[in-house]
Amino acid sequence: MANFSTNEFKNGLKVMVDNDPCSMIEVDMVKPGKGQAFTRVKLRNLLSGRVVERTYKSGESLPGADVMDTDMQYLYNDGEFWYFMDPDTFEQVGADARAVGDQSKWLKEQDTCEVTLWNDSPIAISTPNFVELRITETDPGLKGDTAQGGIKPATLETGAMVRVPLFIETGELIKVDTRSGEYVGRVKS
Amino acid sequence: MGVEQHWRPTATPLALQQRAALLRRLRRYFDQQQVLEVETPLLARGGTTDPHIPSYVVEASDGLPLYLNTSPEFAMKRLLAAGMGSIYQVCKAFRRGEVGRLHNPEFTLLEWYRIGFDHVRLMDDVAALVDVLAKGLREFEAPQRLSYQVCFQQYLNVDPHRASGRELMACAAAQGIGPVAGLALDDRDGWLDLLMSHCIQPQLGQNRLTFVYDYPATQASLARVRPGPVPVAERFELFIDGVELANGFHELRDANEQRQRFEADLRARAAQGLDAIFMDERLLAALEQGLPACAGVALGLDRLQLVLSRSTRLEEVQSFSFERI
Repeated sequence: MANFSTNEFKNGLKVMVDNDPCSMIEVDMVKPGKGQAFTRVKLRNLLSGRVVERTYKSGESLPGADVMDTDMQYLYNDGEFWYFMDPDTFEQVGADARAVGDQSKWLKEQDTCEVTLWNDSPIAISTPNFVELRITETDPGLKGDTAQGGIKPATLETGAMVRVPLFIETGELIKVDTRSGEYVGRVKS
Repeated sequence: MGVEQHWRPTATPLALQQRAALLRRLRRYFDQQQVLEVETPLLARGGTTDPHIPSYVVEASDGLPLYLNTSPEFAMKRLLAAGMGSIYQVCKAFRRGEVGRLHNPEFTLLEWYRIGFDHVRLMDDVAALVDVLAKGLREFEAPQRLSYQVCFQQYLNVDPHRASGRELMACAAAQGIGPVAGLALDDRDGWLDLLMSHCIQPQLGQNRLTFVYDYPATQASLARVRPGPVPVAERFELFIDGVELANGFHELRDANEQRQRFEADLRARAAQGLDAIFMDERLLAALEQGLPACAGVALGLDRLQLVLSRSTRLEEVQSFSFERI
């Protein structure tokens, strides 16, 4: 992997810092008319999600991190790993709980996700902003409740819990915003 | 913004009119002061040796390098040695690889030299000029002067002339600047530059002109060093709203010392793996002939306009930013 010098630093650049892959989220050059120039960088650690700030003397360099985002299809979970497949090469990778995090509750088999690979291993996954999931359990709705606009909890096929309008019934397919975890609408099948 | 917009200027018509007014006023000021306007070549056979100042190098027809000037200092000093008296120049200067809110690789410098002045008198001159240029745009509080030493003591409670590299590093750590990659513990000037640019400078010149003067002798550049218990470089910088605007020297006249400083620069460049630069032998020849006692200063005109017009980015006061050339 190439080295990147301070004058190549920019937002989104993926580099290795303290042996962890990091993404630059803010780059600030401090250059006096006379004297030493510095570059201050805010970096997000792609493994822990923590943000750190670092200062580099101008001309210093950092090794690039072999990090890439790839669209992959979610296959299944064996209790320990979540398996994804590259739709072009059919290669499969297994992501552990740390990489999948709380995104697991939106993962439905066959859905396409963005998988972040570091040295070909998944370190993070990102589900689509909207997913369609079937309701496996919710209290029966009562006739005429539509007018009141009330809400109730519902369990989805992936195990996620969302709040839905009272008229939604078990077995229905709904659309959910994965960023907020909120019900968006009913999917007409 | 679409490609079809990219031919447009980055500055507003008002900013361009403001620039013209600043140029008219500064020319009137120097006229009244009997300082002569001059022009010097932007291309030179000898370049800036300072390892912190990268030059654009172009190839001449004879295959030798030509440097786009990073300031008109060397050529103007040759005019001074030739007896031109006090002179000023408004010209473009070029520094490779600096693009940002306050940096553009091509920028406008106002540089002037006053025969018989020292750096203290020249600070008065700078303040008087800025006063004239600010009329109708901004009103500042009375100018402030702080020695480099007082500045560090006041803002960081550390003595810049005596503190060790370790103490300066601890001071930076206390300010929330952790280990700095590439900065050696014994690089005192590097740590001083870090503290100055990150911790002190942003606080300097709040709605006023703040001059910082008498720099460490190790940061003399082309300034005279005043001997004493703690020798200091007779150099000053001007800050307004935390923006560095000008750098002035009570000029070094000793040709031998100048040559030694150039050679030290070239050794530092070699150690850092930077390209060697042909030093300006014609400047050294002029210094040997004799430079009259004088003080000189370079003021970034784009930055001054930015501060006077309360703009935030240089491109707002430059007809075309670097991205639009």
